[in-house]
Amino acid sequence: MANMSDNNIILRCQGLSKSFGALKAVNNVDLDFESGVVHAIIGPNGAGKTTFINLLSGELQPTQGQIYFKDHDLTKAPPNKISQLGIGRSYQKTNIFPKFTCLQNCWIASQSRLKTSMKFFKSAHRDREVMERAQRALELTHLAMKPEILAANMSYGEQRQLEIAMMLATDPELMLLDEPLAGMGSEEGAEIIELMRDLAKTHTLILIEHDMDAVFAIADQLSVMENGILLETGTVQQIRNSKAVQEAYLGEEETA
Amino acid sequence: MQKISKPVQLFLLIALGFALWFPSVGDEFYVELLTNIMIIAIFAMSLDLLVGYTGLVSLGHAAFFGIGAYGLAIFFGEMNQFSIWVALPVSMILAALAAVVVGWISIRTSGIYFIMLTLALAQMFYYYFFESKRFNGDDGMFMNAKPDVNFGSIQLMDLSNEHTFYYFTLGILVAVFLFLVMILRAPFGQVITGICANEQRVRSLGYATQRYKHVSFVIAGTLAGLAGFLEAAHTGFITPSYLGWHESGNILVVVILGGLGTIYGPIIGAVALVLLEDFLPDITEHWKIVLGMIIVCVVLFLPNGISSLSGKIFRIPSRIMKTIFRTFRG
Repeated sequence: MANMSDNNIILRCQGLSKSFGALKAVNNVDLDFESGVVHAIIGPNGAGKTTFINLLSGELQPTQGQIYFKDHDLTKAPPNKISQLGIGRSYQKTNIFPKFTCLQNCWIASQSRLKTSMKFFKSAHRDREVMERAQRALELTHLAMKPEILAANMSYGEQRQLEIAMMLATDPELMLLDEPLAGMGSEEGAEIIELMRDLAKTHTLILIEHDMDAVFAIADQLSVMENGILLETGTVQQIRNSKAVQEAYLGEEETA
Repeated sequence: MQKISKPVQLFLLIALGFALWFPSVGDEFYVELLTNIMIIAIFAMSLDLLVGYTGLVSLGHAAFFGIGAYGLAIFFGEMNQFSIWVALPVSMILAALAAVVVGWISIRTSGIYFIMLTLALAQMFYYYFFESKRFNGDDGMFMNAKPDVNFGSIQLMDLSNEHTFYYFTLGILVAVFLFLVMILRAPFGQVITGICANEQRVRSLGYATQRYKHVSFVIAGTLAGLAGFLEAAHTGFITPSYLGWHESGNILVVVILGGLGTIYGPIIGAVALVLLEDFLPDITEHWKIVLGMIIVCVVLFLPNGISSLSGKIFRIPSRIMKTIFRTFRG
């Protein structure tokens, strides 16, 4: 733990494992994430990437191993505490409030940064700071034009953007993005890639993504997972040149 | 919370106007019946906060109603004079304490387990009063007097007057309604409506959802205690059946009949159910079958309750106007 503050490491996993019965979805992963870096995790379907993210965000509890975020031990922390410490996440499967308006979705995310929401008297939408943070998140994701539309009535691509907007509205320092581009059109996708580039200047991003062009465009570091095991970690160039990785993953894509 | 639409606001204001005017012309029997309906409406609104807004289906809500009622009977039943400023807080605090305990245990579970736990814990309270010799068991308890509503030595209201009690209850109904609208618009309300839709997501946004559910449970229980207080003060007679699961189920029917997650729906549900229970026996001996069929029909054809009719009804005049307009132009 002590040496963590010496260098630039913001999140550290030690021997992280998650088993579902006999299946080891995540198997003894040691991985450090540097502050200010875009770190992409790639691997075939079922490699354990989403399980890994779920461990980091507290949605799942690890079977073994530890997770440290700055000076905090996150190993047993619940999702709400992890969020409050400054780790935001977006979901692969759109996870918004369909009956809320676009703005309300970001509103409830933004409101979580109040010291407490145990407030009973003043109307929620009067808090200027909360409103500004929600609107900024909508602007960043190009959703500011229609704040009053019901989330259920938005297009699929817009819902994906809203998913990211909600994460942004919690003002996280570290962002866990689980396939942010899944299901987006190429134009919307390009906007989100542009947004992630911007965010990367001031934030740390951990990204799961299947779109390799996008990954190569924004990631600084790459980790490759397969069958719950971390195959390799390195810079984009290192991974591109790695034999093991080419065989396991990239190679398949080229032949496909 | 979703904004209450203009037509519904208008409807509620008309209903309030009617309620204010009714005692000056209505039959005594119906004034008393309306008081009864309003008490049930307060009880049902408190449950709507839980079921309709927080997504917690409680089958033990009557326990808090009954505890509010017993609180009044136990501490003040034998007195010939007591102040409402003491009696009302006692009832509400007792109900709140019970809700703190029951809520603390049951919010750890969800779905069917939550239903079972609230049911089981509420039945414990029921059997306690049912068996207790001290509180007359299933014979119930009587009230000697109505609470005094005094300011210093000046009497503000005489609750032994049926009309005064009616207006007193109406005032509390309006206050509870406005209170619920207020907390649902406040940050707290945003969080619990979010929990109702998707608790996992709310937690991942950084909210300690258990705490919000617990607070919602306690608020709902306290308001149910308030309704129980009114019921005990109104009828002057309390039995353990007030706490029973039959009563819990009944109030759930009122909420569903009127419309979950609307706050005003339960008022409509209370009016509908009590009036049906009053009129149907005049028509047929087998009125419970008819009542059951009506409830089934509402659930099947108006899944959002009777209150969802309002939107449909208010659209009819505008449609007629449009048709007339078109015919003239054509």
